[in-house]
This record gives sequence, structure tokens and C-alpha cells, in this order.
Amino acid sequence: MSLLSNPYDTGEFFDEMYAPGGDVRPHYRRLAERLGTLEVAEFERRRAAVDLAFLRRGVTFTVYNDAEGTERIFPFDLIPRIIPAKEWSRIEAGLIQRITALNLFLRDLYHGQKILKDKVVPAAQILTAKHFRREFMNFSVPRDIYVHICGTDLIRDRDGSYLVLEDNLRCPSGVSYMIENRSAMRRAFPNLFQSYGVRPVEGYSDDLLRALLHIAPSRNDRPSVVLLTPGVYNSAYFEHCFLARQMGIPIVEGRDLVVQDTSVFMRTTAGLLPVDVIYRRIDDDFLDPAVFRADSMLGVPGLVAAYRAGKVALANSIGTGVADDKVIYTYVPKVIKYYLDQDPILPNVNTYLASEITDRKFILENMANLVVKSANEAGGYGMLIGPASTKEEVADFRAKVAANPRNFIAQDPIMLSRSPTWCETGFEGRHIDLRPYVLCGEKTTVTPGGLTRVALRKGSLVVNSSQGGGSKDTWVLEDDK
Amino acid sequence: MPPSPKMPATRPQANVMLSRVAHSLYWMSRYIERAENIARLLEVNLQFILDFRGYDDAHLKEHWGSILASSGDGDLFREHYESSDSRSVTEFFAFDLRNPNSILACVFAARENARMVRDQISIEMWETVNELYLFLKARSTTDVWAAGPYEFFQDVKRNSHLFQGLTDSTYSRSEGWEFIQFGKYVERANKTARILDVKYHILLPTARDVGGALDTAQWQAVLRSASALEAYRRFYVQEILPWKVAEFLIFSDSFPRSIHFCVVQIDDFLRRIMGESGPRPRTAAARLSRRLLANIQSLTIDEVLKDGLHEFLGEVGKTLDRISEELVQTTMFYPAESTQEEQQLQQQQSSRVPGSKP
Repeated sequence: MSLLSNPYDTGEFFDEMYAPGGDVRPHYRRLAERLGTLEVAEFERRRAAVDLAFLRRGVTFTVYNDAEGTERIFPFDLIPRIIPAKEWSRIEAGLIQRITALNLFLRDLYHGQKILKDKVVPAAQILTAKHFRREFMNFSVPRDIYVHICGTDLIRDRDGSYLVLEDNLRCPSGVSYMIENRSAMRRAFPNLFQSYGVRPVEGYSDDLLRALLHIAPSRNDRPSVVLLTPGVYNSAYFEHCFLARQMGIPIVEGRDLVVQDTSVFMRTTAGLLPVDVIYRRIDDDFLDPAVFRADSMLGVPGLVAAYRAGKVALANSIGTGVADDKVIYTYVPKVIKYYLDQDPILPNVNTYLASEITDRKFILENMANLVVKSANEAGGYGMLIGPASTKEEVADFRAKVAANPRNFIAQDPIMLSRSPTWCETGFEGRHIDLRPYVLCGEKTTVTPGGLTRVALRKGSLVVNSSQGGGSKDTWVLEDDK
Repeated sequence: MPPSPKMPATRPQANVMLSRVAHSLYWMSRYIERAENIARLLEVNLQFILDFRGYDDAHLKEHWGSILASSGDGDLFREHYESSDSRSVTEFFAFDLRNPNSILACVFAARENARMVRDQISIEMWETVNELYLFLKARSTTDVWAAGPYEFFQDVKRNSHLFQGLTDSTYSRSEGWEFIQFGKYVERANKTARILDVKYHILLPTARDVGGALDTAQWQAVLRSASALEAYRRFYVQEILPWKVAEFLIFSDSFPRSIHFCVVQIDDFLRRIMGESGPRPRTAAARLSRRLLANIQSLTIDEVLKDGLHEFLGEVGKTLDRISEELVQTTMFYPAESTQEEQQLQQQQSSRVPGSKP
């Protein structure tokens, strides 16, 4: 039986591969032709080979709350998500515009706070934000870049327009899967790539290293860069190793580093060696027990003092979380207008703030039709999808929102676009999102591709790996001929 | 791919070795070697018991008892098992995670250490350890028993050899290499001493069997436990004599599992790690290894037997432990470790960490 012989229902959603009439969209045509020649058994064979390769290579994430510390592979779907060149250039421009404005915003928040004085963003929202770090007021970060690495979550609504769902400005993860997924696809369909004109994603680690070197203190011309990991039990540990290896830099834990006279050193068998730039994959709270959480065993006492003294650079900087707070997110279109005098290229999802009286009334009355999220949770936790919830769950959330309005926002439910995804017996539509990766160094670059996450459960809109999500390779095309 | 603009240089990292990384490489290497040695010891003794079906229950118990005694895990075994028969001992040495020296526990520990230095070792090395772990995890004593244990032990040993071969052919000759080799030879010397000591345990309680067919078979088993039977035969070209076996396993200067051979390597890699270049060692670890080497090189088998083989082997084991401890002391300086569980929770950066802000 050939792969595409089953009927496929696009439903009432925007489908990436099929136009509403059932025709294959032009940029998917060659893929459809190829799949049409493939037998189900052959497809299954390749799928199993790819899964086995992920397991053998240890491309896994750790499942928490599991006594054995089980590692799982991130389920991978062999049908790529394809983005035409023209569509991509708009996404790219939108992402660069957004990160440029957000870096200006962060600089302003930690200096003159002009935007608050001009009442474009209410000061109260900033001062109550969990990740606003007062300790860093009037501290100038190297090259004025706060966010060096950003992963922005994009979704497409029913008519296929791209919307920003959230910005991840602290330690966005998943980029290793972008690169590993590509190499898995190359192994599974070696011939398809040659003719398709897919732009490579492998330049990411070079760009990342370049961005990290850009912020090195100027005192020496061969800076030493390290990646600071929480350790082997962190769910993203594979990624930390992967990136360190790709860049050829040491991966260190907090206990490998020591601060002396505001300079950072690593403990080596040959004694202490200086460190100039730290790509840290540890949250602010754990970074330095002398400044933040005193019980942190992952951080380095004195690291913040070294950072303040300009002896070491950190990426991302401290306190960037204030700008990816889901409440502050609401103001980003205004932030873009304010600093750049431009209209946002990529719009936000329509969002209501529980802290505003009229919005709150609307949220509490219409909760069953909205998606409600808490301001600082990630990973698909702490949210309510109204239309998919029971009366009790809605009532429970209503009480939470009423008790702590600053901590909640609500959004119109977006019917994320769908992509054909292999499900046991054939292709079915599953909802997907897209996380492209943006790097800010001397130049701002967006790697052509990203992590396409897919909600594997039928009907589910939650794409997080912790909640039954998988991923796909993301192809950005060279041109649209 | 478009040509990328020239990358600015970072400080060369080839000669930078984090103390933690050195430590992990050392343990990774030791645990792999340990798993292989346990597999061989079990395999040989299971085979031995098959060959001597005439063994009564008392003999059987005594046999496994001596192996448990030599591994130093006898008390732990008795805590969890009622009787020492082939099956329970296999379970204990192959899969029981309560035994920190079971094959599974060793491979798990080797893999955890490899994971911590995954960016440092070659992909081939990592994949081999990972595959061995996945292979073991998918099996139980019942499976192994049903399929015949021979294949299973072969697989464990083969993977260990694959790992060592890949290390040889894919890992740069650097300080990390020295730690890996040092760990391997320390473990191997220790295990050879213990394998020889097993025979001491077997021999002493029942002197009546000395010189009989059983005795020869037992000494053969000792040699096979150290992969030394063929090498021994080529070297002596004569019957298997107890003191010759002991002499070979302690003093051979060409057989790679003899204590002497291992200590030569230990001394060499230790001197390189410590940067010892003069004729007189400067560090405590190097002094200890030099003394051990001098001892082995100046003694004869008659002198060793006269003063007691068991005592001699015990002293070798203790000295090896002290050398390792001294090396760790000198090259790794860490504050006392906090509790493992708390570390794990924080590494997950979970909001469920006790004491975290809401």
C-alpha cells in the first residue's frame, strides 16, 4: 500500500500541506510525489531506523518525577514542515524587528525607564514582574545586548497568518533538536534534499560562538568561552553537550568555576585558568548564591560581582525575564512602535490582562471560551484551555485569577495550523507551532529553520515535549521557483 | 553551504582539562574495565561448575562463597540473598543495582560518567557505552538464564573491548588519555590480584584436593578468569602448577593483565599526569607507585609464597587504592559535595525545589 492512499481530512484548520480544496500546496508538491512512491512498510522501516539512531546517540531528554530518571527520545515525525522563501523572509524581518526592540526595551528598563515615564508601559506592571532585577539598575551590559539568544514561539491562525505566541528571552532550549532533526532527515531521505533547495541550519553553532565572542571583555584577543550547565540531571543536558561540542568550548558546572578578585576561573588539572565569556544555561535564581538564592548549589559565588566588574560576560544577561513575562508580552507591539517607530511585522495573539479591570471582567465571564495562562510558567504548565476543560476546572481557574490577577492573562483560542503527521495507520492532521532561533551579536541572525513542535495527541493544542509533543524537521526553501 | 566568514579565535582548549572531567574519565574507564572483569569471572566460574557436576551443595556454596569473599561483597550478598547458588550469584553480580559492583551498576556508572564528559570523548566511545547500557537494561537474569549465559557475558566483554579499542583509535593522546589509561590499569591490577586471591580462598579450607584433577581445573579457571590460559601455556609450555600460575599473574612483564605489567603502566601514566620528570618522585602518589613497582620487580615467587600470597595480594590492593586516592587529592580539589538528591532537583531547575520562590 502506498503512503498517500488514505483519505486526509484538513478539517476546519489551516493545513500546511493541503489547500482547502484538497490540492497539495506548490512547495509541498515534490515531497508528495516522493511519498506517493513509498510503500508503508518502507516508510515504517525508515521511521524505526531514525528512532533507533536517536536512542543510540542518546539524543534524549530526562523525564522528571520519574524515579529511574528515564530518558526518552523526543518523538520525531518524518514529514517535514516546509516554509517557502517569501514567507520566511517576512518571518525573519519580523523576528529581527522584535528582538531589536526588546533589547532596546531592556536597556531602557534598566536605565532611564523612559518608556515608563512616557506611560507606554505601566510602571506597576514592570515593578511587579517576577523577573525584574532591581539589583541591575544602571548597570551597562557589554555592547548593550541583553538578549543574545532568543527562541520565539510562532503559531499560524486559521487563515495561515503567523502570530507571536511568546518570546523566550532567558534560556530557550530545543536548538539541538533543530540540528539533530535535520541530520536524521538527511539519513532517512538522502536524495530528497539535493533537489529541494533546503537552506542549511548547521551554521547555528558558528553564529552562536561569534555572538558569544562579540561580548568578550576586550582585555585579551583570544577569549576563553565556556558553557555553564546545571548538570547531567537537567532535561536539556544533551543540548548543552551538543552545543559545547559543536563550538569546541568546555562545558562546565558551577563547581568547576571559582571567582577570585572579581575574576572568574575554571579549575583544571593544571590549576586555575581564566574565563571570559559564559554561555549560561542556568536560571538567574541559581546563578550566584551570594546574590540570588542562597541555597543554590549550581551557581558560582561571586559571579555577579565579576559580571558587574566587567571581568566576565554572560549570555543571556541577567534580568531579561522581565521582557518575556506574559503580561509584558501584551505591550510588545507598543514597545516596537515606541523604539523603532514601526508597525510590528509579526502581530501578537489578542491578549486580555487580568490585572486591568475591564479585561478581568471579560476574562472571568468568558473563561470557558478563552485560553488562560499564568504569567511566568513554561512547558505548558499552569494554563487552562477553556473550550477543552470541565466546569470544575474552569471554576478552579476563575478563583485563581480572581485571587492574583497580576499573574494571569487570557487569549482567544487560536486554532493552530496543522500538518500531516504519521499516526499508526496513516496521515492525520496534527497541530504544530514553530520556534525559530535568533542570535544577536555584531549582527542579528535568524537561522533558516527552527524547531517545529507537533501535538501528537489527536485534537490537542499543547505541543510541549512534557505533554505529549513531538517534533518535525523545518525546511526553509532557497527560492520559490 | 555558503562559506562562513572567518571565525575569531578562542583560546586553544586542547590542553585544558577540568578537574571534574579528569575525574569522570578516570571513573568511566575503571567502571568499564570492572564490568568486563566481573563478566569474565562469572562466566569462567559458571563454566567451571558445569564441568564439575559432581560438586555437591556444600562444595557449590563454598565455591561461590570464596568468590564473594574475594570481591569483598559477601556481607552485602548475605543481606539480600538466602543461599549462594549459581543463579543468585549471577543475579547479584550481573543485574542487582543494590550491589554497586554488579555489571549493570558498573555500566550505569560508566555511562553516567561518560555523559558528564560527553562533549570530551568521541561519539564512537559514547555510543558504545550507551549501547552497552541499553543492552543490559533490556535484559534480566531470567532472560540470560534462558538463553544460556555464555552469549551474554561475551557481549559484555566484547563491548568493553570495543570501547577500549575505540578509545585507542579515536581519542587524542592528551591528559585525558592518561587518566583513562591510569584508571584502566589500576582497575585491572586490582582485579588480577583478586582473581588470584580467589584461589587462595578455594585452596585453604580443603587442602585434601591439592594436586588432583579438581585442583588443576581450578587453576585453569583462575587463568581463564584473567584471559591468561593461552599466554601461560605459551610461556611455560608445561602443566599448570599453582606457583607458576601465581608467578605468571604477578610477575609477567609482557602479559597485559599481570600485576607487574599493570603497575609499570600505572607508574608511567602517573608520572605523566603529575609532570614527574626527575629520577626521584616529588609527589606522594608517584612515590607510592615507584615503591610498589620496585617491590614487585625485586621479589621472587618463592619469597612471596613464603611470606604469604594472600598477604602480598592484600598489600598490592591497598597500595593501589592509596595511589588513586593521592592522585585524586592532588588533581581534584572540590568542596564537600552536597546531597545528591538536592543537586538533582536543582539541576532540573524545577519550581518544586524546596525553598524556591513561588
